[in-house]
Amino acid sequence: MSGYLLRGIRCLGGEPVDMHLENGVIAEISEPSKKLRVTGAKTVQGDGLIALPGLVDLHTHLREPGREDAETVDSGTRAAALGGYTAVHAMANTDPVADTAGVVEQVWRLGKEAGFCDVFPVGAVTVGLRGERLAELGAMADSAARVRIFSDDGKCVSDPILMRRALEYVKSFGGVIAQHAQEPRLTEGAQMNEGDVSAVLGLRGWPAVAEEAIIARDVLLAEHVGSKLHVCHVSTAGSVEILRWAKSRGIAVTAEVTPHHLLLTDEMARSYNPLYKVNPPLRTARDIDSLRLALAEGVIDAVATDHAPHSIEDKDCEWQAAAFGMLGLQNALSVVQSTMVDTKLLTWADVAARMSTTPARIGQVANHGRPLSAGEPANITLYDPSITRLVSEKELVSKSRNTPYLGMTLPGQVIATFLRGSPTVLAGELIR
Amino acid sequence: MNRHLLSAADLSVEDALRVLDTAEEMSRVADAPVRKLPTLRGRTVVNLFFEDSTRTRISFEAAAKRLSADVINFSAKGSSVSKGESLKDTALTLEAMGADAVVIRHSASGAPHRLAHAGWLHGSVINAGDGTHEHPTQALLDSFTMRRHLRNGKGDLAGVRVAIVGDVLHSRVARSNVLLLATLGASVTLVAPPTLLPVGVEKWPCSISYDLDSVITKVDVVMALRVQLERMSDAFFPSAREYSRRFGLDTVRLARLPDGAIVMHPGPMNRGLEISAEAADGLRSVIVEQVANGVSVRMAVLYLLLAGAPLTDIDYKTLGPS
Repeated sequence: MSGYLLRGIRCLGGEPVDMHLENGVIAEISEPSKKLRVTGAKTVQGDGLIALPGLVDLHTHLREPGREDAETVDSGTRAAALGGYTAVHAMANTDPVADTAGVVEQVWRLGKEAGFCDVFPVGAVTVGLRGERLAELGAMADSAARVRIFSDDGKCVSDPILMRRALEYVKSFGGVIAQHAQEPRLTEGAQMNEGDVSAVLGLRGWPAVAEEAIIARDVLLAEHVGSKLHVCHVSTAGSVEILRWAKSRGIAVTAEVTPHHLLLTDEMARSYNPLYKVNPPLRTARDIDSLRLALAEGVIDAVATDHAPHSIEDKDCEWQAAAFGMLGLQNALSVVQSTMVDTKLLTWADVAARMSTTPARIGQVANHGRPLSAGEPANITLYDPSITRLVSEKELVSKSRNTPYLGMTLPGQVIATFLRGSPTVLAGELIR
Repeated sequence: MNRHLLSAADLSVEDALRVLDTAEEMSRVADAPVRKLPTLRGRTVVNLFFEDSTRTRISFEAAAKRLSADVINFSAKGSSVSKGESLKDTALTLEAMGADAVVIRHSASGAPHRLAHAGWLHGSVINAGDGTHEHPTQALLDSFTMRRHLRNGKGDLAGVRVAIVGDVLHSRVARSNVLLLATLGASVTLVAPPTLLPVGVEKWPCSISYDLDSVITKVDVVMALRVQLERMSDAFFPSAREYSRRFGLDTVRLARLPDGAIVMHPGPMNRGLEISAEAADGLRSVIVEQVANGVSVRMAVLYLLLAGAPLTDIDYKTLGPS
């Protein structure tokens, strides 16, 4: 047994090379003409496949502990591996909430046991996500889980004093606050983007300003206290403008966008099908254009899935009664190809930056998002962009079924995922 | 016509006229000695009411019974719904019982749409008011009433000027009326404080005004919408008195209406708030007629959706004693 030999792969979409993975690292890369020979290595024919550093998700809901009916660490990381991910950040809104060292360590251990990708727990900013007092951020940072991202995701840290203190406090261990930007009073009972479509459908509107007002406040707070802010799932054109301004001022803010906000508009709500009910809501075509450009320019730093599994009963109901959220891990790369690469907005090297290198840097996770060169950790995704496929339920390995892409034709498929040199996915199928 | 009636937008001008013309025929049943047609004998119509609405439920019940349908009233209170049964399970139950049509009133916008399209049941679904979305049979009965008063009960409403005044934001009646009246050629002006108009209303096929006094002299119909007092606490308007002063249909405004203009209200009314007693009970008021016309219009809708055949198939002999 002498590792894997990947033949003819195109690193970041470049010229074909052969790559040998051994002992968890990239042992050697050479031109195909040199006919790299490794005795005992398993060969993967990679002609035409794009090689990317294993994808890193900044925003995943694994639901365990508490809602194991919707997803578990095991099932969620399987979906992640099939989507080309080698690391995910597990959001804190579990039950119990990941607001203590004990819970984050439990999630971290479950990730280790599952073994399909590395799981980095996100810690809650406030106790029970209640927005009243700070959780023990230091204890979570010092725990075995080594938490660096803190977020009340699902809820906004709306109290400005609490947000200020959180931004200040995490400086001592280099943490970052990932804000779910949603002004609560402006979004009471809100169901979908406020605009032409909500007016017709009679669904309570969710104004863009409810997101933008919080982002504006938070970038100013981050500047004032000299701390780092990360903005979760940016969804509006106005948010992009604020981020652009903040970055031009040198404020330490990073931001993510979800695949679904790059692809789907609020027009989908006309079906009243809760598959399209998500927080933040799907916006307009104009917002999509801004988000795509911002991601291309780097105003938005990363793509993050906000993979949010929900049980059938939480989605097979009337819109108002349904839960917010949609699956994201398994189709993220295909959506990014469709919206960003096929549209010439990003190169594959840019995709590697937005979906691996930069998220790894924001999450401060070692050994992920590294260059594809000899001696680096063998966390690698092989992707075939030439495939066109119809998204169907049977390919979903998540415990939930709430993907908005069902029935859509998407480009590309993850063919193989290697975590520290071992395949979690080969020939498009999970290993083990 | 579609198999379902979920939105006034489902109705083409031909569909709408067919309903109104059929309703005219149906209204004759109310005047006949035997107020019943055998048309829907053996059919089951379920009134599925998740929200209290005695008047709409009774209207649909009367309509179905006059067509000889079997009527099952299923209200949220005192049923398994209050124990947390889902809309889906309720739908599956109704499907198992063989409902040919389900008339649904629900507090969630889009619930009738889900019932019709989620694959839970196969019968026709009629929206009897969903959240702040639509109430298409109300719009039909309003158009029916306008047509009788302003167009001798015939044709479309081309050229008719309608002001709809009040809480448009939360009003399913306003949404359905704007759509249907536009289909029928009427010109609609929504009159409300900006807080009670939805963002996006500028795309609707109507005009907008914040000033009732400048509109009221130029309309053939003024329709006051119910204003819920709890809107005050959400800061939609400062006080009932201020609302009344600026948007209430009071005696002074009533006097400024053009000759022949009519006063409408979908009910239930807040007398003294959006409409004064003089306006509600005066000669211009057609509010009580709206209620009576509701039964005829709902008979027409049930008939057209369930019997599915053109009007000529009705055995007119049954309309009176043979």
